[in-house]
Amino acid sequence: MATDTFYDRVQELRAEYPDPRSAVMPALQLAQAEHGGWLSEEAFREVADALDVTPAFCLSIASFYDMFRLERPGRHMIEVCSNVSCAVRGAQQVVRAFERELGLETGGTSDDGEFTLRTVECIGGCGWATVVAVNNRHRLNVQAADVPGIVEELRREQP
Amino acid sequence: MSSPEVVFAGTNGGTLTRLEDYEAVGGLGALRRARAMSPDEVIEELNASGLRGRGGAFFPTGRKWSFVPKPDQVPKPHYLVVNADESEPGTFKDREIMLRVPLRFLEGCLIAAHAIESKHVFVYIRGEYEREFEVLVDALEQLRARDLLGDVTIVVHRGAGAYICGEETALLESLEGKRGQPRTKPPFPAIAGLYASPTAVNNVESIATVPPILELGGAEYATLGVENSTGTRVFSLSGNVVRPGNYELPHGFPLRDLINEVGGGIAGGHTLKAVIPGGSSTPILTAAEVERATLDFDSLTALGTAIGSAAVIVLDDRCCMVQLGVRVSQFYEHESCGKCTPCRVGTRWLTQILQKIEGGRGTQGDLDLLLDVAERINGKCLCPLGDSDAIAVVSYVDKFREEFQAHVDGGGCPLHGGSSLDGVLAPVEVHERHVHAHGLGRIHTPLEVLA
Ligand SMILES: Cc1cc2nc3c(=O)[nH]c(=O)nc-3n(C[C@H](O)[C@H](O)[C@H](O)COP(=O)(O)O)c2cc1C
Ligand code: SF4
Ligand code: FES
Repeated sequence: MATDTFYDRVQELRAEYPDPRSAVMPALQLAQAEHGGWLSEEAFREVADALDVTPAFCLSIASFYDMFRLERPGRHMIEVCSNVSCAVRGAQQVVRAFERELGLETGGTSDDGEFTLRTVECIGGCGWATVVAVNNRHRLNVQAADVPGIVEELRREQP
Repeated sequence: MSSPEVVFAGTNGGTLTRLEDYEAVGGLGALRRARAMSPDEVIEELNASGLRGRGGAFFPTGRKWSFVPKPDQVPKPHYLVVNADESEPGTFKDREIMLRVPLRFLEGCLIAAHAIESKHVFVYIRGEYEREFEVLVDALEQLRARDLLGDVTIVVHRGAGAYICGEETALLESLEGKRGQPRTKPPFPAIAGLYASPTAVNNVESIATVPPILELGGAEYATLGVENSTGTRVFSLSGNVVRPGNYELPHGFPLRDLINEVGGGIAGGHTLKAVIPGGSSTPILTAAEVERATLDFDSLTALGTAIGSAAVIVLDDRCCMVQLGVRVSQFYEHESCGKCTPCRVGTRWLTQILQKIEGGRGTQGDLDLLLDVAERINGKCLCPLGDSDAIAVVSYVDKFREEFQAHVDGGGCPLHGGSSLDGVLAPVEVHERHVHAHGLGRIHTPLEVLA
């Protein structure tokens, strides 16, 4: 049943565009959201079937864009901006604080599968440095001292 | 400081996200006016306004629209594609426009569609802007519910994290469902853009400025700002200032006043060292040059830089210029689409030579090599991304030569770990570490290959 719904929703996306190929990205986004934040082989197959393209074509698209994940991430994705405007205001300290708090190296996922920590390029909040995207929602003006509270809040959140 | 607000007019510092509120301040009046005009009359009004693109290239908007052939000349669907991919480091204005005046922006889309006789609008918004996407979709629903779209469809399409998709032809490729790699020009999008059909690509701020232009009249709008740079601009002020943020000001505003008066000066008792005036692709200005600069096309061009995306990045005395070069170059290396060699390989070279100098292992020859590599990139790439890296890095060397020299002579950073950029961990480095850790093969540095 779940796949039926997915198929139908992809057809709706497809109808928005003159060419079905344009719906590949939106369909991959939908698939990623429905498959726990990453694109498994199965997810690629579903998208491919719904749009009459090959899974390999879908992979060639997904691999080009940073926001598609080809490996299973932690339940919470923490992304700290490390571009210039955030860096000159202490983004490094925020990254170190997350590493300490989570016992993780940047780029890694915690053993319990709860957290992935990454740095990212500018996410368009440079005037509110440091910007941290937590599960794609932007936290602004984050300082190292705020980090334990953020982690605590996420740990308390029920799956 | 009282300055005219055009894009943010009527917001009183807040948001105008409900249609009733927007109409209460005169919203949609411009759309009614435009629909009573012929497409050519709308374009004439734009020409009179002197509006030039706010996305970075500063191309006259009315002229761009006039390049789109008439439907009877090219009987294919015409498209308006709005560039909401905002990814130039330092830039965060389009986001605030979409959040605070989404209906003015959509009104601009409908007017622009009328001007180029298009029934199909695509707004390509960067994937990281989730809330902005929701706000736009909500505003769109309000217009649809009141039947204000007419026979025009507006689709908000989400990107997925690729700076290069801000380049207009890469954006079109991406929108067609392909990898976002730039196309060769010509043909230009006006002739063969989306699905090989006539297309206008415009930035969010350009489009959001269209309704006020029709309300004020093009000639009246042109009285704001300065010659060649009419009207207002939303400046994104970031870095080491007391009050960073977006500020709508007339073009020609003194850069020094933006930093000291509007922005409250340099934070934490430090002193100004340098400013990147138009996003990280634009050449840097020294503190002395900042004194002379005004925020308009002519002044910044005369100073050898550009107004770009109007993203003003302020750097204080703790910023090491070699580290800045490393970090900026890492960005372009990460975002290179890989289509052409000077960019794909050259950006990596620049990063690694700079890292060597920064680490105190650089020789005099490396400094020469750096400039030599930059020269082999600049002007030899398919799109401006590769050039941007070279131009930015060369500007740091040109203006702060003694600092680069000190790294070579002294075997390391003269700031001795006190740089504000110390310890920054760029995504490319994390990526390389990951590749190593998984035994996916060693990525050799160009310098190693040579050795
Ligand atoms: C590498 C690169 C990135 C760009 N990124 C953006 C962007 O994020 N937003 C934008 O509006 N224009 C961007 N541009 C400029 C666009 O190619 C195009 O000129 C612009 O969207 C046209 O709109 P305008 O005339 O209204 O400014 C970029 C250009 C290049 C070369
Ligand atoms: S300059 Fe860089 S980003 Fe542009 S087309 Fe060439 S490789 Fe791609
Ligand atoms: S530099 Fe961090 S959001 Fe732009």
